[in-house]
Amino acid sequence: MNKLNFLSPDKNNLYAYLYSGIGLFSLSILIVFLNSFFSLDLTSFLPGTISYFLPLLLGFMGLHLIRIEYSGIKFLDVINKNINTNKFNALLSLLIIFAVIKSLPPLLSWFIIDANFAGDSKDACSGSGACWAYIKTWFNRFMYGMYPNAEQWRINLSFIALAFLGGVGFFATEKFKKYLTLYYVVVYPIIAFLFIFFFISGGPIFFDFSYGIIAAVISIIIGFFIPSKFKMYYFLIIPITIYILLKYVFFYEELIELGKIQAFEWVETGAWGGLSLTFIVSFFCLIFCFPVGLFLSLGRRSDLPIIKYISIGFIEFWRGVPLITVLFMSSVMFPMFLPEDMFIDKLVRVIIAISLFEAAYVAEVIRGGLQALPRGQYDAAKSLGMGYWKMHIFVILPQALKLVIPGIANTFLALVKDTPLIFVVGLLEIVGMLNLAKTNPEWLGFAMEGYVFASIVFFIICYAMSKYSYNLEQKYKTER
Amino acid sequence: MNFKKILPQLLTLVVVILVFGFFSYNAQVNMENRGITFGYGFLSQESSFDVQFSLIEYDGSHSYFRAYLVGLLNTILVSVIGIIFATIIGVVVGIARLSSNYLIERTAAIYVEFFRNIPLLLQIFFWYFAALRALPLPEKAEPMFGVFFLTIKGFFVPAFVWNNLDIFIYSVIAAIIAIVFIRLYAKKKQENKGIQTPVLSISIGLLIILPLLSFFLGGVDASVEIPVIEQLSKTSFTFKGGLKLPPELISLALALSLYTATFIAECVRAGVQGVSKGQKEAAASIGLTPNQVLKLVVMPQALRIIIPPTTNQYLNLTKNSSLAAAIAYPDLVLVFAGTALMQTGRAIEIVSITMLTYLTLSITISIFMNWYNKKIAIKEK
Repeated sequence: MNKLNFLSPDKNNLYAYLYSGIGLFSLSILIVFLNSFFSLDLTSFLPGTISYFLPLLLGFMGLHLIRIEYSGIKFLDVINKNINTNKFNALLSLLIIFAVIKSLPPLLSWFIIDANFAGDSKDACSGSGACWAYIKTWFNRFMYGMYPNAEQWRINLSFIALAFLGGVGFFATEKFKKYLTLYYVVVYPIIAFLFIFFFISGGPIFFDFSYGIIAAVISIIIGFFIPSKFKMYYFLIIPITIYILLKYVFFYEELIELGKIQAFEWVETGAWGGLSLTFIVSFFCLIFCFPVGLFLSLGRRSDLPIIKYISIGFIEFWRGVPLITVLFMSSVMFPMFLPEDMFIDKLVRVIIAISLFEAAYVAEVIRGGLQALPRGQYDAAKSLGMGYWKMHIFVILPQALKLVIPGIANTFLALVKDTPLIFVVGLLEIVGMLNLAKTNPEWLGFAMEGYVFASIVFFIICYAMSKYSYNLEQKYKTER
Repeated sequence: MNFKKILPQLLTLVVVILVFGFFSYNAQVNMENRGITFGYGFLSQESSFDVQFSLIEYDGSHSYFRAYLVGLLNTILVSVIGIIFATIIGVVVGIARLSSNYLIERTAAIYVEFFRNIPLLLQIFFWYFAALRALPLPEKAEPMFGVFFLTIKGFFVPAFVWNNLDIFIYSVIAAIIAIVFIRLYAKKKQENKGIQTPVLSISIGLLIILPLLSFFLGGVDASVEIPVIEQLSKTSFTFKGGLKLPPELISLALALSLYTATFIAECVRAGVQGVSKGQKEAAASIGLTPNQVLKLVVMPQALRIIIPPTTNQYLNLTKNSSLAAAIAYPDLVLVFAGTALMQTGRAIEIVSITMLTYLTLSITISIFMNWYNKKIAIKEK
C-alpha cells in the first residue's frame, strides 16, 4: 500500500482516489439537485457564501481526484478525456452541469407541470405555467390564416398532393431517372402553380393557366421539328406568342364566358396566412430564385461586356439592400411603375421581390462553384467541340452545382427564415398571425407561448432542411 | 465581332431599356395624375413629426433631412452595439466549439444550431414582446450594483457629464496617430536591423497616458450622473438623469447580436481549423516561442480565413437592423421609409434614398473588403 497523496492522485491507489472522488462529485450533484428540484438546502448551516460555493468546491475536488491518466478503466478514461482534462475544463464542466440542473425545474414546470392544456378560453389558464390551450384554440389560424374554415381541405389536399408528387423522384425506376430533372424543373412547378392558383385560390384563374399549359405543350411538340441551332431563341419566343394568340385572339370571347364559371369559392390572397403561407411563399421563391440566380451567375462570368455588367449591377444592387426595403419597394413604389389599370396581386409582388432578392445571393454562391473549377475542365470541354451551352450543361454546371450544395442550402434556409418579413405588405404568415392573436382582447398576455411555439416550428423546419442538405452533400460528394 | 456575340447583348440591352422605359413612363403618368412632381425639395420642409429616441437634437420643427439623419444615426448605433456584442459572443462560442471538453463543445453547438435556425424577426419579437415585458415597473426595479436599473420602460444607466469633451477626443485621436507611426517605425527597424520593439505595451501606455494628460492639463472634467427615480403622476414613475436605453434598442441589439454571433462563431471555427497542424509544428521547429507561433504564424493565417466572411456578417447585421421597423425602434426604415413616406407620399424619392443609403454602405464595405482580400491573399508564384 502506497502513501495516499490527495494533491496528485496516481494509479497506485486507484480505487481509493476513485471512490473518494466519485463520492465528492456525487455529493455536489446531490446538493444542487435537491436544492433546485425540492428547494431543500442541505448546507444551510454554513455561512451564505460558503454554502453557495460548496457544491462547486466539492465537485472540483471530486473531479481532481478522479483525474488519473491511463487508469485502465475504459469509462473513467473516456470521462477524463472528454470533460476533465485539466482544472479549467473541470471547472467549466461543473458549471455547465450545475446550470443544466438549475434550469431544468423552472423550464419543466413552465412547459409541462404547471401548464394548462385543456380549455378554450383565457379563464382555463390559471396556472403559472404555459397556456397551451391558447395555441390549441388558435392552431387553425396559425396554420391557415384567415382562410375560411370550410375550405381548408383545399390547402391540405394541395399540400399532400404536392408532397406526393415531389416524392416521385425517390420511387422512380432507373428507366425514368433521366427525365427527373425535366420533371422537377418544368412539370412540377407548373402542377404546383395549378394547385395553388386553381385549388387554393379558387375562382376563374384556372382558364388562364390552362392556356399557358396548352401553349407550352404545343411549343414543345413543334420544338422537335426545329433545327437545334435556333432552339435557344425559339423556346423563349414561341410559347409566349402562342399564349397571347390563344388568350387574346382565338378564345377571347369564350374566356370571358368561361371566366364567369367558378368551380370553387374564390379566396383572395389577403385571406391566406399562417404556416401554409410560409410554405407557399418559400416554395415559389425557391423555385424561381434558383434559375434566375443560375443565369445571373453565368452572366457575371460571361465574356460579353454588356451582359456581364448588367448582371454585376443587378446582383450588387439586390445584395446591397435589406429585404425589408425591397418589400417596401414592392408595396409602395412598384405600383407607381405600373399603368393605372394594371394591378398585380400583393402575394405575386412579394414572391417576385423575394425571388429576385434571393436570386442575387444564389448567383454569388454558384459563381463560387464556377470559379472553383479548374480551367482544364473548360478547355477540355471546348476541345471536344462543345459550344457555350453544351459545355455548361454537360460539363461545368453538374460539377459546380455539386460543389455549392451547402451554400445553396444556406441561401434557401435564409429564404425560409426571411418569409415572416412579408408582414410589411400586410400578409400574415405564422409570425404575423401570432402578433395578431396576441392583440386579441380575449387572449391578452400569451405572447411567450406563441413565440415559443413558432420558434419550435421554425426550428424543426430549418433543422430538417440543414440536415437534408448535409445528406445531399455527402451523397453527391465525389473524389476529385 | 461576330453576329453570335452581338445579338444576345443587343437583345438584353433592348429588354432592359424597354423595362426601364416602361416603368419610368408609367411613373411619370401616375405622378402627373396625382399632381406631384418628382424632386428632392421636400427634404428641407418641416417634418412635423416626433421621434421617440434620437442621438441628435430633433423635434417636429426640424426638416425631413434632419429626420433622415436621426434614422441613419439610430441605425448606425444599433449596428455598432450589435457588432461589438456579436463579435465577443461569436469569438467565445467559436473557440468553445473547438474545445476538447465535450460538454462545452455540445453547449456551444446547441446554442449555434438553435439560434441560427429561428428567424431573426421572431427572435426580435420574442425579446421585445415576451422577455422584456416580464421586467419590473420602474418603481419596483431592483438596482444592479446600485446604479443600473433594468425596467420595463428601458435600461437606465449612469451617464458621464463632460467638460471640454473635444480636448479629450483630440487626445485619443493623437494617441492613435502616434501608435500608427510607432508601428511603422518598429516594422522598419525590425526589417533593417532585426531588433523588435515592444509595440503593444507602448501602444497601451500611449492610449492611457495621453487621455490622462488631457484631464490634468487640458481642463477635461467628467462627473457621473446617476439615474434617480421620479414620480410623474400617482401611478406613473420614471427615472431622471443618466442615460436611458429604450427597450426597443435593447431587444433589437440583443436579438441581432445573438443571431449574428452564431454565424461569426462558425467563421471563427472554420478559420482556426483551416490552419494546418504542420504550420504550427514548422514554426515551433525553427525556434519560435509558443506566443510567437500564435502571433506570427497561426493568427495571420486564421484571420485570413476569418475576416472576409465575418465582415459579410457585419454587413448582414447592419442590413438586418432594418427589422427595427417591426418593433418601432426609430431606425432609418421606420423614420424615413415609414413615417416620412406616409406624410409626404413621395414613395419613389424616399424608397430610392433609403435603398441608396444601404447600397452605399454595402458597396463601401465590399470595396474595402476586396482591397483587404487582395492585400492579405497568399502571393503564389
